Amino acid sequence: MAPVPPAKPTPSSLPAPKPPWWRDRRVVPWVVQAVVGLLVLLLIAFLLGNLIRNLTAAGLLLSWRWLQQPAGFDISESVIPFNAQLPYWRALAAGLVNTIRAVLVGLVGATLMGCLVGMASFSHNGLLRRLARVYVEVVRNIPLLLQLVFWYFVVFLTLPNGVAAIQLPGVVLAKSGLYIAGLGEGLRWMGPTLVNGVWQAPVRLSVEFGALLTGLIVYSGAFIAEVVRGGIAAVPKGQWEAASSLGLSWFATLRRIVLPQSLRVIVPGLNTQYISLAKNSSLAVAVGYTDLYSVAETTLNQTGRAVEVILVLLAAYLTLDLLISALMNGLNHLVQIRER
Amino acid sequence: MIRAALSFGTAVTLLAALGALVGCAAGNGAPGSPTMAKIRERGRLVCAVDGAVPGFSTVGPGGAFVGIDADFCRAVAAAVLGDPGKVEFRPVTAGERFVALSSGEVDLLSISSTHTLSRDAPGGNGLSFGPVFFYDGQGVMVPKASGIRSLRQLAGQPICVESGTNTELNLADRMRELGLAYQPLRFQSGEQAYPAYEQGRCAAITSDSSLLAAKRSGFKDPGAHGLLPELLSKEPSAKVTVQADPAWADAVRWVTYTLIQAEESGLTQANIEASRDAAQADTSQAEARRFLGIKGDFGRQLGLPADFTLQVVKAVGNYGELFERHLGPATPLGLERGFNRLWSRGGLHIAPPFR
Repeated sequence: MAPVPPAKPTPSSLPAPKPPWWRDRRVVPWVVQAVVGLLVLLLIAFLLGNLIRNLTAAGLLLSWRWLQQPAGFDISESVIPFNAQLPYWRALAAGLVNTIRAVLVGLVGATLMGCLVGMASFSHNGLLRRLARVYVEVVRNIPLLLQLVFWYFVVFLTLPNGVAAIQLPGVVLAKSGLYIAGLGEGLRWMGPTLVNGVWQAPVRLSVEFGALLTGLIVYSGAFIAEVVRGGIAAVPKGQWEAASSLGLSWFATLRRIVLPQSLRVIVPGLNTQYISLAKNSSLAVAVGYTDLYSVAETTLNQTGRAVEVILVLLAAYLTLDLLISALMNGLNHLVQIRER
Repeated sequence: MIRAALSFGTAVTLLAALGALVGCAAGNGAPGSPTMAKIRERGRLVCAVDGAVPGFSTVGPGGAFVGIDADFCRAVAAAVLGDPGKVEFRPVTAGERFVALSSGEVDLLSISSTHTLSRDAPGGNGLSFGPVFFYDGQGVMVPKASGIRSLRQLAGQPICVESGTNTELNLADRMRELGLAYQPLRFQSGEQAYPAYEQGRCAAITSDSSLLAAKRSGFKDPGAHGLLPELLSKEPSAKVTVQADPAWADAVRWVTYTLIQAEESGLTQANIEASRDAAQADTSQAEARRFLGIKGDFGRQLGLPADFTLQVVKAVGNYGELFERHLGPATPLGLERGFNRLWSRGGLHIAPPFR
């Protein structure tokens, strides 16, 4: 008589067997995270160790005493007072202020440019619409460095100089810069005057600053125009139709109905463009504008403190970008639709 | 969570970049010359040149680098590897040259680099300078039509200068001494500074006189620009290596001396092989036999082949030939030897004895 095989228990009648730990959903994520975390820590330890070992070997351990030494070079276009006898940290500060100046004006200009062009791409005027497309496609597909060099050497440096400069009441545009009338010494109103072949005026912007600014505004403006266009396109067509059935004009529709609703789409994209603009401003060295990067490069060369100077640069640009990001996140919070 | 991960990732990237920056500086301190070992292993010398200064280093019509600085690279390659063609030229700007060297990116700087205390000292840039290769002084170039004849007339005017150079500091010093206000226009490289000057953005441009002459030779109308009579500084320029490899610095130093000694001994690219044959046959030519490595072991002492002097002169000629070929009166630069004559002819170049 053949032995009767034991009856197989039905699966449901048994408690589920405990899976091995490597298949346990409660364990695996922890293990993976711990391993990855450990690897990252090891990598950091290795890099830091390598840094310190090599710097020690080269006799270049981090030192910040050079910040107090006199810089020895001049900066022609400093907003804060500066001369060659002041220490390096003052030179770096002057460079940073120059960078911030270019970034701030650039942000405002690029935003205006971008909004106008973005709006124009929804215009009823076909010519305007196509012009906006051509501008965006041409500008955003050419490297910024090339554009800066173009603005500086081809446009600004071909301006006439001295007596031949372009003169309007209160404003003079010459090869050396833009001169604007303002309150001069003794709070007297002063217009641009030619002294010893050089224009003088209370408000003076160099062509280097002009070329950098033009380049940044035109370049970032094209990207912002696309962000604005995307934002406007995201507003449902019904909104346009409803506004027009109420008798609102194209511009009034855009301003009162569409743009406010598109802001929540535009602002996050704008944040990215603003950050790029701040970083792109370091291309100023190509057109002779003395910004933070330019000062840092000379400092690095004179002092030989490559790691320290690069750290200062990294920290400065990181802080600037994080500030812009924080402000834009705040703005983003404001323009989101709030459920009531 | 994602944001934390992102900033963490950014931090790692930064550290990695820094690590890479300094990681290349590793590997020094071994006996012998690590740089020379690296060059031999690689089979070529990586030599930094400016690449845009006629007479010193530019890209010639055939696509090869020409100029006295470029030929110095070839001389070193001939000494170390026995072949002047085994050079990889690396054009760098004035601002990045020292970092390129100290990071190990290049083996040697063959660029007009003024020897100064802070660049030399271990507490400063910590570089190693060879003997002076070219005696120069900082000059100021102005358009002749401007009527400017002295520095004082440049008061309040824009002056173009390359940033990160000595000339930038000298200019600031001199203008402060004279009590003159001016507008320095600082450009990252000559490629921007000279076109800006030529387009009339600055009333003057300042640099080493030889560089000004070199750049002027490439202008549309070289005759329309002149140098002011005053010199702002002395600019003895030398070839630069890292301080951490003294054996390599010695080898480069004695390649320079070889060029100078060869001129003093009347050895030229054309006659050096015949001279070697003559010296081999004639034991009475003690000095020539030592210099050419027939007697003694100077090459081995430097970690170079015994006939390195022969290789150097065969490859590029002696110092006088180099000067005449690239900078002298027969070239577009038309520079006089001046201080760059041999000591025996009233100049400043002297090679210590090959003994």
